[in-house]
Amino acid sequence: MSHENEKHENHSTGYGLYIIVWLALLGLTSITVTIAGIDLGSYTLFVALTIAAIKSYLVISIFMHIKYEDPIFKVFILISVLTLAVIFLLTYFDIIYR
Amino acid sequence: MSQNEHTLNDSHGHVHRDDVGARMGMWLFLFTELLLFGGMFLVYAVYRFQYPDQFHLAATELNTGIGALNTIILLTSSLTVVLSITALQKKNKLLSVLLLVITILLALFFMANKYVEWSTKIAHGIYPGSEVLLAKQNGEILFFGLYYVMTGLHALHIIIGVIILAFMVVFILKDVITHDNYVKLENGGLYWHLVDLIWIFLFPLFYLIQ
Repeated sequence: MSHENEKHENHSTGYGLYIIVWLALLGLTSITVTIAGIDLGSYTLFVALTIAAIKSYLVISIFMHIKYEDPIFKVFILISVLTLAVIFLLTYFDIIYR
Repeated sequence: MSQNEHTLNDSHGHVHRDDVGARMGMWLFLFTELLLFGGMFLVYAVYRFQYPDQFHLAATELNTGIGALNTIILLTSSLTVVLSITALQKKNKLLSVLLLVITILLALFFMANKYVEWSTKIAHGIYPGSEVLLAKQNGEILFFGLYYVMTGLHALHIIIGVIILAFMVVFILKDVITHDNYVKLENGGLYWHLVDLIWIFLFPLFYLIQ
């Protein structure tokens, strides 16, 4: 029993990690705003989405405690993100070959 | 495994509790939210692909400053929610409530900015079906339609989140949520983080395309 329980409780012994993650999120926000002002051509969207993905990873893994959850939670998240990715990919091919 | 989480309740003897199951249920709900917003992002992607120049032109009308400020507000409110859980785990009830109240105030600050932003747009005659908007090109009309629907649905989630967090404050004060039974607060926090996650994508896609 206590294995997961301990894992779930142990991580939350301090405030420090959350504040570091928050600072990282603010840093990434200022980077994405700064980069938006520079013309990177077709890479602009790619860079913006990559930074958004890194921010999401930080929020999901630390703030939403997925790092400390049972592995089945990660499987669930992977499946739902992949489902969304498949929908986007199929729509993309539909649009470009129309 | 999750079936094994038992707690001993002094007055009622043995009480069964399944915190992992409760969190899993919350996550399953969050996946339906992911598909709801995912569908909207899909529509956005298709139209942006069809009208890239008009999307860029329309986006210059949006106020990047307010968007960035709201991003900072939401990220900070996510921090205060997660710190509130930690405070409660450390049996610091007062700090936990205080952090939740700060979260709610940040959410209201976000909504105030959104109100200013929308009313400025509407004052300029840009709202769904307005003459000013209908005189524009198709891509611009679609951009503003998506802008109002997606940020509007997100704002609705903020309002629901505020109501949920207000209930959490009451639950903590009434000792329904305690330092050794706080899965409700965790699930409320998960909902709030989802609202934050959606904004993380809305912000660059609407405010940062020049």
